[in-house]
Amino acid sequence: MFVYSDNAATMPLSREAFEAMLPFLRDNFGNASSVYGVAREAARALHGAREDVARALGAKPEEIYFTGGGTESDNWALKGAAEARRARGRHIVTTAIEHHAVLHTAEYLGRQGCEITLLPVDERGLVSPEQVRDALRPDTALVSVMLANNEIGTIEPIREIAAVTRAHGALFHTDAVQAVGHIPVDVTELGVDLLSLAGHKFGGPKGVGALYIRKGVRLPPLLHGGGHERGLRSGTENVAGAVGLAAALTRAVQTLPETMALVAARRARVIDGLSRIPFSLLTGDPVRRLPGNISFVFEAVEGESLVLGLDMVGVCASSGSACSSGSLDPSHVLLAIGLPHEVAHGSLRLTISENNTEEEIDYLIEQVTNIVARSRRMSPLWNEETQSPTERFWPQGVPASL
Amino acid sequence: MYSEKVMDHFSNPRNVGELPDANAVGKVGNPKCGDIMKMMMRIENDVIADVKFKTFGCGAAVATSSMATELVKGRTVTEALALTNKAVAEALDGLPPVKMHCSVLAEEAIKSAISDYYLRQGIDPVPIVGCNVDCEHCH
Repeated sequence: MFVYSDNAATMPLSREAFEAMLPFLRDNFGNASSVYGVAREAARALHGAREDVARALGAKPEEIYFTGGGTESDNWALKGAAEARRARGRHIVTTAIEHHAVLHTAEYLGRQGCEITLLPVDERGLVSPEQVRDALRPDTALVSVMLANNEIGTIEPIREIAAVTRAHGALFHTDAVQAVGHIPVDVTELGVDLLSLAGHKFGGPKGVGALYIRKGVRLPPLLHGGGHERGLRSGTENVAGAVGLAAALTRAVQTLPETMALVAARRARVIDGLSRIPFSLLTGDPVRRLPGNISFVFEAVEGESLVLGLDMVGVCASSGSACSSGSLDPSHVLLAIGLPHEVAHGSLRLTISENNTEEEIDYLIEQVTNIVARSRRMSPLWNEETQSPTERFWPQGVPASL
Repeated sequence: MYSEKVMDHFSNPRNVGELPDANAVGKVGNPKCGDIMKMMMRIENDVIADVKFKTFGCGAAVATSSMATELVKGRTVTEALALTNKAVAEALDGLPPVKMHCSVLAEEAIKSAISDYYLRQGIDPVPIVGCNVDCEHCH
């Protein structure tokens, strides 16, 4: 059996997106900036895509800027806001669990003279509005907090954090790459100034994303050139990409309540199944959680070998272990929620979607259970006779649920 | 990123398990860094008659452990001491650069076990094996 359960990494292109894109990959190849027939069609399609994305997010079409993806949107939001608000100050507030597209951009801005405050999170990965309020200063230019975390699936209280930030007068950005198309996201309701999204995370094509820029917020251009995207992001438009992103998002939003209920029910089954594995711990918030996210740590095993072991039986998953990232440290997110290094190395993330059948869910539970047991049998940190770790690594005490 | 050989040794590790009658046991690595290798040998007349390993670590750590046991099994202690991390990596048709430290760990695990063998006989292993035991560092 083949089970794709790494949907937070990327999703297959939805049929709707594929069909919508085809004409612009074949016949309607025109440059949307030209004036003749095929070009006008491309321009119309791009306009329609912008309207669709705006409608899906509760925004106005002129607030949607197509980009080359989530990383580009995050880079633009942070660097742009820092530059736009330079006169006000150079202080930026973000969190310890952001995606590297935000974290590394913030670090870069730190080297350019900005001062960065990295807010810690609690053991479930949550940031509180009070924490943000306490971090705000007169010279705070921007606050950036992700809507939902890519590793542990925790959904942050963005509406409350955005309100605190904007009452203070700073700009608020949210990296919503993991959230859009998976949970309701309405920019007006959330009250954000800037929001990043990426097409391929909800069944659109790779290489296209968008940045929502609230009307009245002025960012400097990301790319200078022919004046595309209202002069802020020049470069011949990726019409097929934008159309595909819009089609995937429209479909995702139309079916959202049913999809969320279905995926969350299957997620609950996997979490229940994997919780039966001894010395396992669910990471992230059990309730404020992306519907498809299942993230665990298993004591006495290493995550990359779990991922490889699962690959042998046709299951695609990922891990935040050091070996998965090629560095010595396990994922910054797992460390931020207080996991000891030794335990964080044993992380496994499964991200399911509506495409995963009930049979696949059974197979996932069975195979993860098998592979963890296999890895433990060859682990010097595991006692096979007593079925327990030879050593525990919890300096702050073993969590109650373990 | 991994060669077929690495995947083969990861999927079907050779000589994995415990060796109750081992007379040479070495453990290297650090759980904080994400890998530990335990190497157990039974050395008879200066020949590694049997060898088993247990490894906590990534795919490359498992594969290098497995390959290292194959390369030293039936060999003399002197031959085993001459085994380099490069030889282990080459025997696996290469490792990604970020995984080369796993082959270093495999070499150290062999040397650590042989050091233990000498220590049990009251022989100072340092002049023979060199210093690679109990170095508390993240490679």
